[in-house]
Amino acid sequence: MYQWDFTPVLANSGMLAAGLANTLKVTGTALALGVPFGLGLALLRLSSWRALSLPAGFIVEFFRTTPPLVQLFWFFFALPILIQVEMTPFVAAALTFSIQSAAFFAEVFRAGIVSIERGQSEAARALGMTGSQAMRRVILPQAVKRMIPAFTERAIELMKTTTLVATVSYADLLFQANELAQKTFRPLEVFTVTALIYFTVIYAASLVVHRIERRMAISGETTVH
Amino acid sequence: MTSDTALPLLRVTGLRKHFGRDEIIRGIDLDVAPGDRIAILGASGSGKSTLLRCLNFMERPTAGRIVLGGKVIGTERSGHDGKIEVSYSESELTRVRQRVGMVFQQFNLFPHMTALGNVMEGLRTVKGMARDAAAAKAQGQLARVGLEDKADVYPSRLSGGQKQRVAIARALAMEPELLLFDEPTSALDPELVGEVLRTIRTLAEEGRTMLLVTHEVGFAYHFANRVLFIADGVIHEQGSPDEVLKHPQQARTQAFLARHNEFQF
Ligand SMILES: Nc1ncnc2c1ncn2[C@@H]1O[C@H](COP(=O)(O)OP(=O)(O)OP(=O)(O)O)[C@@H](O)[C@H]1O
Ligand SMILES: [Mg+2]
Repeated sequence: MYQWDFTPVLANSGMLAAGLANTLKVTGTALALGVPFGLGLALLRLSSWRALSLPAGFIVEFFRTTPPLVQLFWFFFALPILIQVEMTPFVAAALTFSIQSAAFFAEVFRAGIVSIERGQSEAARALGMTGSQAMRRVILPQAVKRMIPAFTERAIELMKTTTLVATVSYADLLFQANELAQKTFRPLEVFTVTALIYFTVIYAASLVVHRIERRMAISGETTVH
Repeated sequence: MTSDTALPLLRVTGLRKHFGRDEIIRGIDLDVAPGDRIAILGASGSGKSTLLRCLNFMERPTAGRIVLGGKVIGTERSGHDGKIEVSYSESELTRVRQRVGMVFQQFNLFPHMTALGNVMEGLRTVKGMARDAAAAKAQGQLARVGLEDKADVYPSRLSGGQKQRVAIARALAMEPELLLFDEPTSALDPELVGEVLRTIRTLAEEGRTMLLVTHEVGFAYHFANRVLFIADGVIHEQGSPDEVLKHPQQARTQAFLARHNEFQF
């Protein structure tokens, strides 16, 4: 019978906390940059101007179809050869996951935007709105509401994918856990606690999103008509 | 026709619209004088909606000239074969749409805004009015369509008739010179048609210039000072309501009316 002993983990909880902070830093950066850039890519891809829509489509598809670990290694090991700058693990990670998230969020935005009935933009245009006013005032607010579930799903996926940054020695939660396991010879306890931390953070975040979604549903309208 | 002294508010000449190889509007000439109430009838697919949508440039005409308030819309150039080609700038069309309001069959209210918010939206975003002024004006428009007590209600809680009246208030708030209605009662349950038609009739009494596509022949008779019967993308027959609806000359108009003879004048 295995003797569980969490005391070495608790004694070194600062290491895991530092790791969690770094995980949140990468995730937060990727979200903060990925959402606006994703919106930009989606709008470019929806443009009737092919000089805009084709490159945007290429970027989106490229980053959605290549493995994230390959992207990370490319930014960390390959890009410095091209541009002759030292890549820190954080910059490489932030770059990779921001662009990758932008690609995924672009598809979420695009699906949300095209799901809004044509009559909505027609009514906006008929009032004399420009295309961008119609997008900002009428289409996007409705699209964003419909996007929340897909968006949450992506954000959760993102946080889990950031564990890959441990491979370029970025001290995220998984990296720190690994260090701690080797230091304490208690991998079972360490990774149990680590799993619980991921669970708690992600589950709490999705509860918050769920609440926001419910509140939005009450203050008005979730769907059309 | 109507008063021949008044300058036309809208003059349409040689209007054509193709979708790909299909020619849907095949040469329409139309003068609309201030205060005209024109009912447009025709079979399904005859091009009634397309005609209206060309008039506020939701669709760009393939050919023809549209003059609004004495000013030609678009920039005309004579092409290589001597034909006149018109190019439209989006910013000009945006300004034109502020002057030509439209009410849709499916209402197309903004579901994420209250009734008041819907009516305020154009005032705020397009006209740049301050919030208080826009709210006051929008409230006034809602009162005109009898919905002042529904200001804070979202469209999902309104009946079809109420939705359409909010949509009318939303269009009116922009103070358009010309109002286009595309089958405003076709999506409504029969018992809700009356309230919308009454609202439209009060607008007629105010002397607003309106074009109304409708299948309600009885309403068209009382509402309009002119009736157009459209078939295959042209005006097949036109005249006063008496002429077109009671004494149609063309066989197709007669056949169409025979199919809609459930009304009484
Ligand atoms: N955007 C479009 N692209 C291609 N064809 C179109 C488009 N809009 C309309 N049409 C075609 O033009 C024809 C006329 O359509 P329109 O909607 O103007 O008819 P309508 O007289 O309003 O008919 P209804 O009484 O059914 O509303 C139809 O055959 C339709 O399929
Ligand atoms: Mg139609």
